[in-house]
Amino acid sequence: MTSATSPAADRTQPAIRMLGIDKSFGPVRANRGASLEVMPGEIHALVGENGAGKSTLMRILGGLMKPDAGKLEVNGRDVTGWSTNDAIAAGIGVVHQHFMLVPTLTVAENIVLGQEPVKSGMFDYQRAVADVQALSKETGLAVTADRKVSELSVGEAQRVEIVKTLFRGAKILVLDEPTAVLSPPEVKELWGVLRKLRDAGGTIVLITHRLDEVMDLSDTITVMRAGQTIERLKTSATNPAEIARAMVGREVNLTGRDAEALSATAEFMASGTTPPSSEEYSAALEVNDLVVVGSQHTRVIDGISFTIQPGEILGIAGVEGNGQTELIEAIAGLRKIESGSIRISGHDVTDFQVDERRGAGLAHIPDDRHRRGLILDYSVSDNLLLGLQDEFVSRRGVLDANRINENATKQIESFDIRPPTAALPARSLSGGNQQKVVIAREMGHEFAVLLASQPTRGVDVGAIEFIHERLRAARAENKAVLLVSAELNEVLALSDRVAVMYRGKFAVVMPAAEATEETLGEYMIGTRKESAA
Amino acid sequence: MTSRFREQVEEALFPPLVALLVALICGDLLILSYGQSPASVYRLLLEGTWGNAYGFGQVLYKATTLTFTGLAVSLGIRAGLFNVGAESQLAAGGFLAALVGLGLSPSIPGVIGVPLCMIAAAFGGGVVGAIPAFLRVKFGAHEVIVTIMLNFIVLAFLNWIIANHLHVPETLHTPEIHTGAIPRLSQFIPGFHGSAANLTIVIALLAAFGVWFFLFRTRRGYELRAVGLQPDAAEYGGIHVGGVWFRALTLSGAIAGLGGINYVLGYKHYYEDGFAGGSGFLGIAVALVGRNHPLGVVLAALFFATLSQGGLAIHAFVPKQMVEVLQGVVIIAVAMSVPEVRRALRSARRPATV
Repeated sequence: MTSATSPAADRTQPAIRMLGIDKSFGPVRANRGASLEVMPGEIHALVGENGAGKSTLMRILGGLMKPDAGKLEVNGRDVTGWSTNDAIAAGIGVVHQHFMLVPTLTVAENIVLGQEPVKSGMFDYQRAVADVQALSKETGLAVTADRKVSELSVGEAQRVEIVKTLFRGAKILVLDEPTAVLSPPEVKELWGVLRKLRDAGGTIVLITHRLDEVMDLSDTITVMRAGQTIERLKTSATNPAEIARAMVGREVNLTGRDAEALSATAEFMASGTTPPSSEEYSAALEVNDLVVVGSQHTRVIDGISFTIQPGEILGIAGVEGNGQTELIEAIAGLRKIESGSIRISGHDVTDFQVDERRGAGLAHIPDDRHRRGLILDYSVSDNLLLGLQDEFVSRRGVLDANRINENATKQIESFDIRPPTAALPARSLSGGNQQKVVIAREMGHEFAVLLASQPTRGVDVGAIEFIHERLRAARAENKAVLLVSAELNEVLALSDRVAVMYRGKFAVVMPAAEATEETLGEYMIGTRKESAA
Repeated sequence: MTSRFREQVEEALFPPLVALLVALICGDLLILSYGQSPASVYRLLLEGTWGNAYGFGQVLYKATTLTFTGLAVSLGIRAGLFNVGAESQLAAGGFLAALVGLGLSPSIPGVIGVPLCMIAAAFGGGVVGAIPAFLRVKFGAHEVIVTIMLNFIVLAFLNWIIANHLHVPETLHTPEIHTGAIPRLSQFIPGFHGSAANLTIVIALLAAFGVWFFLFRTRRGYELRAVGLQPDAAEYGGIHVGGVWFRALTLSGAIAGLGGINYVLGYKHYYEDGFAGGSGFLGIAVALVGRNHPLGVVLAALFFATLSQGGLAIHAFVPKQMVEVLQGVVIIAVAMSVPEVRRALRSARRPATV
């Protein structure tokens, strides 16, 4: 690939042009005549619901797969069906959602990996550090060359990923959901970096389904739906409602995600559904001085106490990896605790097994539906009884097929699971519908306390709306909800009280009405501290 | 719904058939390299197995043991455990069945003697299966290593007992059992005369049905498959993963052990050192080719039994080892063809219209 770094001097010629792209996986048509046109030097947002075909399109661009039909041009050159090596050589750099870094190596080693500088047959580490520092200075992307990647925060690791692609000569940068794991200040920093790269002539494609980011950062927007390109918009000439409509194909109530989220919450709070005072009810969930020790003998949960009343949502914000997952798993009985106690509706369940805690009234939407929440090769109907299998036994341990089918039919209808086929393996459903299966199972039967961990992660706009409605309905039915979310907007929009987790502790607990993104953001990165209430 | 069922059947059947085709082609080349005509050797192989009552009886006899060991291995795999110990579990089951058959008085009728011996066989295999299960759950010792090592220990131990305490002089087998003999098929169908096929085959088919019912119709089976597919999700669903593993591997051993009655109660009426003769190991191949489904296991057991018996029939023309090579080729071809053929099937089903 000789034309690898040929400058995209011609500003009127698209940096990327994809036309009539078709790509099928068995019966699933991921792309059907999709198109994409990205001009050099712009930030281009590629938006769409889960399963709209964004990732497939980008995999074709990156050379990871070949299209069944259609044409791909980069800088005016027809490169249809090229390989990953061709794509890298032509200056296309993809920053994946899951970092592709070796944790035990240093930043410099990671960045030069595959193109290591060599001195007399040996890896020249000093050169590598010098090269990385030079590039860091040139681009304004601050990375510490000699630190181990395992010691970095998520934001820093992501910066390393970007520097790595730039080191390989990337002129066209593709970022897949880059903000999913970042705190608000880190997001701001990333935006600065991306703008700087664009101003230096770089071309950026940003895959996201967060409309605030799209409006904030992009110059142009391509909306995909069901494998097709629906619309190409100038950001300056559109608004979130229009984009959402194009994504979903109908009107969408954006509460919880758009800029109006805060005022919507305020309205909701003012409408009189305030949580009942603690004198009226005993706490639905009571956690006392909980300590969980992690694999490194560190206290990943370091003495947390809180209560949730019936009819209350306690939201937990925080940068991922500050103990949220461990807290939820400890309450669910999936993680050994060091000390402390847990009560559900007054009953001490500290020594209970997972199934016994479920029996005591616990429901649990886990953050990782692919690992925990679903058995992907089981049918939808079989997944709808995971954790409830004892209730579907007729006699002598034989499963009651009739009741299992009735249950599936009922849940599929009331939670609008699509396609409405109970016998389909969960694997074949889209992310949003998989999540609906989990939610239908956990919320479709009697419970007192719901642990909802990242309930809308990787879920499209329409399903988010639906899930939020369900959580509010649970509150209205006097259930207690512990909500953990990486989305500050979501925490603020749904919660009655908000806690911020920082290094295994609650940095602060405050009424949601008094919280703002800015103050929570400061607690999240530890610049502000306050002993938990 | 029916089209989905058809898809599932296709996906279950096509890969082994493609593998069989690959094996046949390899077999052709082998036979040709030996200077014989493939067609006549295959004809001979079929005539010596399905072509006459005696040969067919021998196939049924061999398939019976393989059904038990195949079921045992597949049950383990369904729970996410690889039981490589079916060989010693089979031997231990046969040994205990013979021990009970020797210990009981000849006056005890078969209707009581046979079930007692069967329980002993299942118990013997179950104990050998429970050891790796316990070590896995309690200490995290990998069941593959433990079952392999137990094969050596158990087989050596049984050999020592037989050689030093229980053998009939000049042989390596026990005296004949007093009660618990299972009738041969030739008592009902004279054509089977001389073949080892016996009514244990009915027990094998019942066991296959039982395993199917357990896996797909009971709560315990639901939990076992859940643990095998995604242990983390099973744990989340309140299933005690360790308990499921313990029960699965113990049950797997018990089924393999039960297979010991085919030889001890149904054929020779004594325990002989080394009677398992690799049937436990071949059970791994049977489970693999049978896709860990009881029906598939029964069919695969018939297939491998045919190859094994057929090897004897063609011995005069090509070395019997050729059949063993063929078995190996089938196993490798299945391992390769399962993902490949499935992919091809799925892309062939791609809808033609938008």
